[in-house]
Amino acid sequence: MSARARLALFAAGAVGLAALLAWGFSGLADFGHYPGPYGDVLNRVAVRQRHVTSVVAATVFDYRGFDTLGEEFILFASAAGVALLLREARERDAVLRDPVADRTVRAVGLLLVGPAVLLGLYVVAFGYLSPGGGFQGGVLLAAGLVLVWAAGSYRAYSRVSPMTVVDLAEGLAAAAFPALGLALLASGGAFLENVLPLGTRGSLLSGGTIPLLNWTAAITVTAAVTLIVAEFLEELAVPLRRPTR
Amino acid sequence: MSYLPYAVAGWIFLVGLYGIVTSRNLIHLIVCVSVVQSSTYVLLLTIGYKEHGTAPIFKDLPLAESQRAVDPVVQALTLTDIVVGVTVLALLLALALDAHRATGTLDPDELRALKG
Repeated sequence: MSARARLALFAAGAVGLAALLAWGFSGLADFGHYPGPYGDVLNRVAVRQRHVTSVVAATVFDYRGFDTLGEEFILFASAAGVALLLREARERDAVLRDPVADRTVRAVGLLLVGPAVLLGLYVVAFGYLSPGGGFQGGVLLAAGLVLVWAAGSYRAYSRVSPMTVVDLAEGLAAAAFPALGLALLASGGAFLENVLPLGTRGSLLSGGTIPLLNWTAAITVTAAVTLIVAEFLEELAVPLRRPTR
Repeated sequence: MSYLPYAVAGWIFLVGLYGIVTSRNLIHLIVCVSVVQSSTYVLLLTIGYKEHGTAPIFKDLPLAESQRAVDPVVQALTLTDIVVGVTVLALLLALALDAHRATGTLDPDELRALKG
């Protein structure tokens, strides 16, 4: 199909889609007039029922924990897919080169590794009390590890994130989420039902299963992002094979 | 005026779609896919927003004010959406790398298997 014909087809489709979207949006509530009631109910009951002060975290790891399980599996599958695609095609025993030589980048990177990792741990640990959580903190932790690459070298990066450890953490943490759900099921509750002691409201020891699932998600996300970054960095370090055609 | 955020979400979606259709480079195409995806963030947060609403975090907010807080469900969806989006983006980029290795080109029109 020629580029012009494709564009014409798209224009016709886009006009139709835009009309459909406009029709659909006009049936939704005005901006700022949330129709509820699901979110309102959660806001009213979550703190009393779960003793955590971030209702978003309570939603992610408790009320909609089953959905989060699905999200974790998407995360796991894509990280595994990246590793599968890139590792398979890569030449073995190729020469590693470290592309970072700039002294300023190294100094600033080195300076930021500690704060980034600390911030990541803080965001994870207090995720169910204040804004944050395992998903956001996990990305920050992985970013801290990437700074090791920026500050030091690829070899330093692969030393702080050995692939066997990362692979193992990724798999185990991804498995821990459903395993916890099944354990709760076996102990007589429902799948992922929050039956653990709820602790004191607003303290780190609160929320029953929420902190456990929060840390599980943090490890999964950290490992997944670290794995993905490592795979792409290795592409940088290893000269690409010549095109076969 | 109160429908403007919905219009923004729809616009981002269509602009991303236009980019996908006219793209001549797989990397550019993948960025366009993530543009399309980001329209879902705008839409989700728009649906859950309340006028003069606050974040659904009750660390400092008294519980009596819970009805002022915006919908936590769409916020939870958006945050997992973002993280999952990043990893799916990485998977697509890995596929593009693989396609480049196999064929030596990143132009979707040149990739015979993708030709439509």
